[in-house]
Amino acid sequence: MSFFSFLSRKPTAAIARDRLQILLAHERGTIGGNSDLVAILQEEILAVIAKHVSVEREKVQVKLDRGDNFSTLEIGVEIPPGLAEKQAAAKRAALRAS
Amino acid sequence: MSKVLVVTSGKGGVGKTTSTAALGAALAKAGKNVVVVDFDVGLRNLDIVMGAERRVVFDMINVIQGDAKLSQALIRDKRVETLSILPASQTRDKDALTSEGVEKVIAELREKFDWVICDSPAGIERGATLAMHHADVAVIVTNPEVSSVRDSDRIIGLLDSKTERATKGERIEKHLLLTRYDPVRAARGDMLKTEDVLEILSIPLLGIIPESAEVLRASNLGTPVVLANPDAAPSRAYADAARRLMGEQVPMTVPGEKTGFLNKLFGRRVA
Repeated sequence: MSFFSFLSRKPTAAIARDRLQILLAHERGTIGGNSDLVAILQEEILAVIAKHVSVEREKVQVKLDRGDNFSTLEIGVEIPPGLAEKQAAAKRAALRAS
Repeated sequence: MSKVLVVTSGKGGVGKTTSTAALGAALAKAGKNVVVVDFDVGLRNLDIVMGAERRVVFDMINVIQGDAKLSQALIRDKRVETLSILPASQTRDKDALTSEGVEKVIAELREKFDWVICDSPAGIERGATLAMHHADVAVIVTNPEVSSVRDSDRIIGLLDSKTERATKGERIEKHLLLTRYDPVRAARGDMLKTEDVLEILSIPLLGIIPESAEVLRASNLGTPVVLANPDAAPSRAYADAARRLMGEQVPMTVPGEKTGFLNKLFGRRVA
């Protein structure tokens, strides 16, 4: 049985690549040179959004990805459920009033 | 115009010193005036890899402290006349390496040489940050292995934030040197592929050095591999990498040891 076990051995490089990608996406945001920038951006973006919508702190994600020629800043904001419907309802009400 | 190049990696044992010696020798063989500088205070090894260990009289800290002139500390290579080495000190006092002192020595080396190649110690402590501080170009030595890729990512972050060029808002040229690469294992899916490492680190590729017994043979002899056996696969890979550093366009291949079936299969262009 064990003699043929190499036949069923799965390649491991893809697992290594995926683990690294997940880990480094996290580490680049928290440690290293740009951590201050990411933290400041997160705070200020949260403040701007909080003026209009009440969102929880952890629902605002700021991620900095290093690229070859340029880096990208990814901002993800999770809006509380029902907000879009509330806005649409408010719009309809305003239209009826006019 | 002279260039200061740092060979760095974060992780130890990936081939920084071997690569410093090989790239230095290859550039010198191409007619450039080259000095290789050991920044690993207390654990110097560039001298033994280059075969100059019995010729060390003064070191960089002697120069910084004014006990010797730079010209007294420089050791001229006996095989390539345009190649010199500046050894690190074996003192246990790492604080003797001051940033002002390093700045002065680098400035003086810039005047004498076309290429100043700094062999960084492992880690992200003082020695490593001092070695990279004045660099115009960085070669990040990486093995196709998770711990090495992770540490390289960390080092790239430091190069982009802590070096002199970075603090002045200038770009520091960064190149990936993938060492100890085994094309057969990568094709089998048991080793990270070149494309995987490039995608994760997103810096341009300088070269792929295949895993080879020739590298250990060369360090046994105290001769950079490109001089010990110029036709060996790693030597050709280092020579190509050196030509790319000089701005030449060289097709990217993984040189094979022999022209066997597998090497024909995997020795083709890869990037």
